[in-house]
Amino acid sequence: MGSVKAELLRLWKWPATWVLIGVWLVMTLTFGYVFNYLALNGGTNARGASQQQLISAMQPENVGAAVVRGLPMFGGAIILVLAALAVGSGYGWGTWKTTLTAGPRRVSAMAGTLGALAVIVVLLVALTFVVNLGAAITVASLEGWDWNLPGIGVLKPLAASLLIAAMWTGFGVFLGVITKGPALSVGLGLMWAIVTENLLRGVGSLLGPVEDLTKILPGGSAGNLAGAVGGSGAPGVLNDLSGTTAALFLVGYIVVFVGAATALKVRRDLV
Amino acid sequence: MIVTTEKLTKRYGDRAVVDEVSLSVRRGEVYGFLGPNGAGKTTTIRMLLGLVKPTSGSARVLGKAPGTPEALLKVGSLIEGPGFYPYLSGRDNLRVHAARRGVDKTHVEAALEQVDLAGAANEKFRRYSLGMKQRLGVAAALLGQPELLILDEPTNGLDPAGMADMRDLVRALAAQGQTVLLSSHLLGEVEEICDRVGVISQGRLVAESTVEQLRGDTVLLIRADPIEKAHVLIEGSSLHGDVLHVRETDAGSLVRTLVHADVDVQEVRPLRRTLEEVFLEMTGVA
Repeated sequence: MGSVKAELLRLWKWPATWVLIGVWLVMTLTFGYVFNYLALNGGTNARGASQQQLISAMQPENVGAAVVRGLPMFGGAIILVLAALAVGSGYGWGTWKTTLTAGPRRVSAMAGTLGALAVIVVLLVALTFVVNLGAAITVASLEGWDWNLPGIGVLKPLAASLLIAAMWTGFGVFLGVITKGPALSVGLGLMWAIVTENLLRGVGSLLGPVEDLTKILPGGSAGNLAGAVGGSGAPGVLNDLSGTTAALFLVGYIVVFVGAATALKVRRDLV
Repeated sequence: MIVTTEKLTKRYGDRAVVDEVSLSVRRGEVYGFLGPNGAGKTTTIRMLLGLVKPTSGSARVLGKAPGTPEALLKVGSLIEGPGFYPYLSGRDNLRVHAARRGVDKTHVEAALEQVDLAGAANEKFRRYSLGMKQRLGVAAALLGQPELLILDEPTNGLDPAGMADMRDLVRALAAQGQTVLLSSHLLGEVEEICDRVGVISQGRLVAESTVEQLRGDTVLLIRADPIEKAHVLIEGSSLHGDVLHVRETDAGSLVRTLVHADVDVQEVRPLRRTLEEVFLEMTGVA
């Protein structure tokens, strides 16, 4: 518990934590509500979304879908950056050295970092939900729509959001440990999340096996889970796998990323 | 013994960075771990703290295996400069460290007082001077009242005043009975502070004893005229240019012998090898 408490204290007071959460909240509001609202009220709407689709996307009762649809790509990239920075920076600052000589076993120190990141990620998803709900209620009130609060069904997209966020967190932690630094881990992570998987999807239209592979890659699995629980209309959201299959792949990635990062952390010399 | 190593070895490929080092640190002493840069001091210390795994050999710290919580919780350390979060204040950094060590945060204030940082405790770590950063590192090492303090090059990068402050701090801790393992390449520092020293060179421990023992017996320097006659008169003396060196502590008897033989005695003084001379001889560093 001491390790989790220590990590939470330092992550809580880290400006980068709040900058990244803030950027994500601004992005989700801008792309989820501001642009849709403008499109509904005289925008060009070149994508051809019907008025009904725009209204549905902004309804308070559909806020779960609004939360989950942003996470497979852009939200995931931000979470990955946060996790990679949280772990990778410790090598440059020399804080891993201080942490590992403070007393806890290496596996406990790693669990502390993972536990604190988990708390931050749950907070991020919760804040995303609250902010989106606030925006949805505001838009519905401004437009004079009949609206309802989300029912119990919102738990499904929220659970999916947490699973997707956990996978990206694990990916970031893995990159932070393996590269032993913030810059390379963030660079590689962003390239994977935003560029590589999309390029592979492009190649997949020419090569069947590559197309099959892209469905089960980290971003692909996240996109398929988001699509399965109602997310739509955002980059990275897919509808190629069932929710269960996608969720199982995500759990597998979490186990592999966290397991490999922890094993490396425990076994590797800190020089 | 508070620290013992037995043929402790670390190899990277074919290169032995630490080569069969067997040392011992006794309770209550300030042990100087002396060696030129790259001699293997820091790697040895990292092995004592469990940061680096030995290739072969063994070590015990407070009777426990290095790197285990049982050992680490009784050891405070500062290795190759302090590692703290730059965006946190000194106080918050110590709070984070205290949480990891399972130490109540009330001990943080005492540690800050001890290193004279209480007045700057709310400043961000990144704004600290090098000396303040080092002192915060010592404060972190002191949290939880460790039985052993390991300080690796604690005066690195400090100005003369900062170095003097750090030496005073180590002296004060030693006076309180704190066991300290102090690694340094600064001979004056070690000579001033340490009870015993271990000298490491190219990964091997080449000597381990008190500073006095390392410096060896006192030699008398005698300048006399004619020097050749004095050389013949004093058995066991060695001629070095126009002076004699004699391993003899009874200077009065020597002077009487020379004066009675009509030799003019111009200078007689004890000549002791400095730790630096001993160190250069042992490590082969020119």
